[in-house]
Amino acid sequence: MADDGKNQEEKTDISRRKFLRNSGYAVGGLAVGGVLGGVIPWGTDDDKKNRTAKQSQNYNQALMFFTQAEFNTVDAATERIFPNDENGPGAHELGVAFFIDHQLAGSYGFNARDYMQPPFFHGEKEQGYQGRLKRREIFKIALREMQNYSHQTFKKGFTELTEEQQDKVLQDFQKDNVKLTTISASGFFDLLRSLTLEGLYSDPLYGGNRDMDGWRMRNYPGSQMSYTKIIEGEFKEMEPKSLRDHM
Amino acid sequence: MVKKLPKVDVVIAGVGWGGGIIASELTKQGLDVVGLEKGQERKTEDYYMVHDELRYAIRYELMQDLSKDTITFRGNERMRALPMRQYGSFLFGDGLGGAGVHWNGQTFRFLPYDFEIRSRTIDRYGKDKIPSDMTIQDWGITYDELEPYFNKFEKMAGISGEENPLGGKRSEKYPTKPMKHSPQMDMFKKATENLNYHPYTIPSANLSEAYTNPDGISRAACQYCAFCERFGCEYGAKADPVVTVIPVAEKTGKFDLRTHSWVRRVLHNKDGKANGVLYTDITTGEEIEQPADVVVLTSYVFNNVKLLLNSKIGKPYDSATGTGVIGKNYAYQVVKGAASGYFKDEKFNNFAGAGALGMVIDDFNGDNFDHSDVDFIHGGYLSLTQTGQRPIASNPIPKGSPVWGKEFKNNSLNYINQTLSVGAMGASMPYQHHYLDLDPVYKDTFGDPLIRMTYDFEKQDRKLANFTAKKSADILKEMGADKIDSMDELGPYNITNYQSTHNTGGVIMGADPETSAVNNYLQMWDMENLFVVGASAFAHNGGYNPTGTVGALAYRAAEGIMKYHKNGGMLA
Repeated sequence: MADDGKNQEEKTDISRRKFLRNSGYAVGGLAVGGVLGGVIPWGTDDDKKNRTAKQSQNYNQALMFFTQAEFNTVDAATERIFPNDENGPGAHELGVAFFIDHQLAGSYGFNARDYMQPPFFHGEKEQGYQGRLKRREIFKIALREMQNYSHQTFKKGFTELTEEQQDKVLQDFQKDNVKLTTISASGFFDLLRSLTLEGLYSDPLYGGNRDMDGWRMRNYPGSQMSYTKIIEGEFKEMEPKSLRDHM
Repeated sequence: MVKKLPKVDVVIAGVGWGGGIIASELTKQGLDVVGLEKGQERKTEDYYMVHDELRYAIRYELMQDLSKDTITFRGNERMRALPMRQYGSFLFGDGLGGAGVHWNGQTFRFLPYDFEIRSRTIDRYGKDKIPSDMTIQDWGITYDELEPYFNKFEKMAGISGEENPLGGKRSEKYPTKPMKHSPQMDMFKKATENLNYHPYTIPSANLSEAYTNPDGISRAACQYCAFCERFGCEYGAKADPVVTVIPVAEKTGKFDLRTHSWVRRVLHNKDGKANGVLYTDITTGEEIEQPADVVVLTSYVFNNVKLLLNSKIGKPYDSATGTGVIGKNYAYQVVKGAASGYFKDEKFNNFAGAGALGMVIDDFNGDNFDHSDVDFIHGGYLSLTQTGQRPIASNPIPKGSPVWGKEFKNNSLNYINQTLSVGAMGASMPYQHHYLDLDPVYKDTFGDPLIRMTYDFEKQDRKLANFTAKKSADILKEMGADKIDSMDELGPYNITNYQSTHNTGGVIMGADPETSAVNNYLQMWDMENLFVVGASAFAHNGGYNPTGTVGALAYRAAEGIMKYHKNGGMLA
């Protein structure tokens, strides 16, 4: 392989994805899976070119599903689930509420890949979710109920409560101390908690885990192509990579 | 109007490990094979954006769309079965390669004890050791008879490993060296040696080194990138049907692979022979008949059973009398008897790993220890695996501590790289009242009845889980853990939390047509030109991941189909 300086920049600019794709087409047939992995140029990804010099707004941070008021409630509630502290940012700063908004706007919010055929019967908890409502409907109802419950208990809306009062509302949902007719309060809480973790730690492409700071906080290196060099060694801190780094 | 196609030698329903192996073996020997796969085409290039926990592991990108087909579940016959509306306990594969794409690659051989479980248990402990409703039976084949087929599967897949000191005899070494050892694996090895156990490196289908198999397929070494389970391999390093057996079949020019083809019925005639299959092209909605001399069902456990029952083939199992065979001996896996240990002065690269990276002992598996003083039979392996802990799913915290808020945050951030787990792959015994049948109420996307599962954990499982949890905690203690949490009680079987995609039984093999559905070539006793391949043939589930044994049985079935193609008749 020629290694003159002139070609160096161009060579390192070939993204791993393109490299694999091109080689895959070229080889085809029987070698399908394999041998390519061994010749991948590790560590040659250079994403500097992909960064624009101009600072641009994050147009991703707008709402697809929630109303502004619903969004504020979700933002405040998820911050209580994962608060900002001396360890690092909380759900608010990491963009978790935007993540949840975007998820509910899509196929996940519509339970597109779940079995939603009737008849619906109440089951045992070992049988899993048996409701007819979709996740986006559960959220709409639950957020309204959280507001009602906050007003009933503390005479204020959820976002106006103190942190302790917000925790009390969330605990009462978690423990089914709130009696709701259409949805399960604890079921909603579990859903909210799962979505919070997803928003903290999914690839930043989904709108949460802003700047990969969720990963940094726990020394998770994100999307690395290979750990062959460190697998036998002691603990290693690494700067995380995202899927964007592999485009 | 059903379109009828020209007859072929063999038609296969489902192209995962079973279908891929059958297709490659038969086409190499000159047979014309049609492979019908209800999902989409898959290839290595699909996985260049695969390091995406949300999309693949949490939203189940590679799994079957449950809106079209699922199962129903009840813990016992007095309950109303309700649909599994969302994923939890286990995951159906979908698309070319099936569940063979999203597996971890842990490739074991069941023990000699497994294949003769009933006779060996009675020989050593007497008949009373087996509860009256536990329906274990011998498999109609011995380990020694199956050994060449294990070997064949391991060479095809390039399994990386070292000899199991307590396993069945091997005719050859593993084709590739064991995987690398991480510091935590060495800690497990040392601790189990101190306890006089017999550790070995988990046999792995994630290649430890570049390998070319006997079919000429070359694959590269695993990169320990930590995205195996629930993911496809972007390197082709993990053996899956798409990078091993399917290209071999395709190269012969004898394999006609049709994706988006949903098989709904096995067609059969008055003489008791299969004529072919009826399937729907799901891109057009067209119904198509594919006639064949031999029909092979190579779908997942539930769908193999579903196709037989919906096609009215074989005698359905009746739990009241324990007679009939189709749907009998559904079994699962007992994995919750585990423990976690916290190491306050050590940190580990828990984010790195491979699906089949880890250390294991078989000292408490099968009948490798004396069961006279325990209240269960069989056992399971105990292992420390390093599959790669991803951040959404892995947030270890001390038992009983808050699951949200400031304390949760602090705990989960501190524990993540300082916690190691040891767990069991507990064997699962069949019972008279555990079975699969057709649900009377719920239907799939074509209006065909869903499979109904009736299953719960039994006393055997609870005792076994308590036993393995204790042993796991002992090992962690020997490893130097500062704080250990282990399972207290197994509880009822719950379909909502992930345990393993190791569902077995329903079309079990055996030596007697009265008590088994297929013979030891996986040929239906009731229909000689129909073969049913997969973990559906397991008469119980052993204390290992099942794929190695599924692979061996598929090679055995391929040999049987060739014999049948030449001479006809029952093979056993």
